[in-house]
Amino acid sequence: MTVAVNPTQTGEPVFYLADEHPHPEGYSTPLGFWIYLMSDCLIFAMLFAAFGVLGGNYAAGPAPKDLFELPLVAVNTSMLLLSSITYGFAMLTMQQNKIAQTQMWLAITGLFGLAFIGIELSEFAHMIHEGATPQRSAFLSAFFTLVGTHGLHVSCGLIWLVTLMVQVWKFGLIEANRRRLMCLSMFWHFLDVVWIGVFTFVYLLGVLR
Amino acid sequence: MSAGVGTTLSGINLICTIVKLRCPGMTMMKMPVFTWTSLCTNILIVASFPVLTVVLALLSLDRYVGTNFFTNDFGGSPMMYVNLIWIWGHPEVYILVLPAFGIFSEVTSTFSGKRLFGYTSMVYATVVITILSYLVWLHHFFTMGSGASVNSFFGITTMIISIPTGAKMFNWLFTMYRGRIRYELPMMWTIAFMLTFVLGGMTGVLLAVPPADFVLHNSLFLIAHFHNVIIGGVVFGAFAGINYWFPKAFGFKLDVFWGKLSFWFWVVGFYLAFMPLYVLGLMGVTRRLRVFDDPSLQIWFVIAAIGAFLVFLGILSMLMQFAVSLLKREQLKDVTGDPWDARTLEWATSSPPPDYNFAFTPVVHDNDAWWDMKKRGYQRPLLGFKPIHMPSSTGTGIILAGLATAMGFGLIWYIWWLAAMSFIAMLAVGIGHTFNYHRDFDIPADDVIRTEDARTKLLAGAK
Repeated sequence: MTVAVNPTQTGEPVFYLADEHPHPEGYSTPLGFWIYLMSDCLIFAMLFAAFGVLGGNYAAGPAPKDLFELPLVAVNTSMLLLSSITYGFAMLTMQQNKIAQTQMWLAITGLFGLAFIGIELSEFAHMIHEGATPQRSAFLSAFFTLVGTHGLHVSCGLIWLVTLMVQVWKFGLIEANRRRLMCLSMFWHFLDVVWIGVFTFVYLLGVLR
Repeated sequence: MSAGVGTTLSGINLICTIVKLRCPGMTMMKMPVFTWTSLCTNILIVASFPVLTVVLALLSLDRYVGTNFFTNDFGGSPMMYVNLIWIWGHPEVYILVLPAFGIFSEVTSTFSGKRLFGYTSMVYATVVITILSYLVWLHHFFTMGSGASVNSFFGITTMIISIPTGAKMFNWLFTMYRGRIRYELPMMWTIAFMLTFVLGGMTGVLLAVPPADFVLHNSLFLIAHFHNVIIGGVVFGAFAGINYWFPKAFGFKLDVFWGKLSFWFWVVGFYLAFMPLYVLGLMGVTRRLRVFDDPSLQIWFVIAAIGAFLVFLGILSMLMQFAVSLLKREQLKDVTGDPWDARTLEWATSSPPPDYNFAFTPVVHDNDAWWDMKKRGYQRPLLGFKPIHMPSSTGTGIILAGLATAMGFGLIWYIWWLAAMSFIAMLAVGIGHTFNYHRDFDIPADDVIRTEDARTKLLAGAK
């Protein structure tokens, strides 16, 4: 920031600003949100680490080969990846100030997210039905916790998405709402990246193991 | 877990404040050391409290749902718990002590009447400690059996931490060297800290040697060590900070007589209570014993008990100090806003400071900004006040904290309806808060003029 020289004290050292320019609202939000995402990343890192340590401990129970259906997981993954693309479209239309289209893309994003959660829950239900419960082995404890935490994040993202849609509908694409949509966008893409990790390390490598 | 989430979020808030909202002229290397140590502390918080959140979540799942993370059967790993908790736990002790280091830096330079010696090295030492604190967690359980190479690695990293810490110690000593030292209470606590903490640090380096640790693990020697650093570092630091900033926060100084009494009871009591534990630990006494009947060692326990009693008197004296100061607050009143002839900007404001802190945003030219202003004939502005833009107060934080407490209580005592209801209420309050778009307001110029005029009168009366 440049220091404004106080006209009455030219030549003298300036110890205070006579004219104040407050920071715009939400000035530190992007930085704060990035730091938050990194701390959330650490949460996933710990869960990945726990899965790395315990992932092979089947305790004579079912192994990934017996449980995972890769085609279903592929469909699930594409749901989430598509939702990221549609969120991108929502951001593009937001920049063009097209409220109706922004809302439409947000709704489509939400539907993809909902489909992702639905498929994941049915997969969980199927596994539990077969006796592969979180209590069965350390591997399953770590699996359900890691994948479940990701699912919980996506669910929170969905609640957030609906809230923002209501706010955009009520107040329009004002500066605060744009900032919020940007934060949710970062959050949503972040969950996508985490899912790539889950897909690779838990499902693909699990079936290879 | 609530604590983990809450602490992480407040850490993020403080980092952003320090990084983004400094006043003009205050570059990173012109920040007060206390701000630096706070920044590093908050970085540590953001990078370690998520770990605590996860560990406690996994532990809760084990207890409530019956999963097998840390169990002995079904493939669980109990040692993983110990590893994870200390990956958070070791950075946590630096989260405790770094702010204390910051307090001592401010106090030492203020009461020696000198600029802090080696500001740059102080900052680098703080950053190095921040990084190293992540590489030492295994020293809490060398006896796990992880093998010689792993233990050597963690033993060496632990010993390396003593280097930046030692650098700080020398910086404080050189700040005092040839200074005009005033033995006010904050300075007394600082000197007690320097003597005590060096002792605790040395026993820490001794414990960092894995073979020595195998002998002393879980013994009273360890207990003596960590009380030596936590009490000598963090507790003394907090006391120094309380005595130093109390007038700034509340507008009157703390009573010196009861403060000194409390100081001597505490310091003497501390040494009497914990030095015998070193002896007992070396003799092989382990921690957490309910009964111990070797009469030859009894005398050390008796000395320690006397020390504990003296510390108790120290605590009582401190409570008395607060009570007496409250009663004598008119005599102890600080009208100048700068009772210690201090060096950093907070002392440029009145005590207690107004809501807006500074009527005009200060411009910084020097590390010791306020000292610089005093030396170069700064005149407090008396005219031209403008409305000041401020963030509004909100009760949401407190409400969320209350609900989180209710949820925790419900979970601990298996009151499921309470836990569920408070969780839903938290969601509702959180979402409701986002519908409030009016987050700031302006303090009218008239209010600023009234506050500043009142201060002008007070200052005139003080001269």
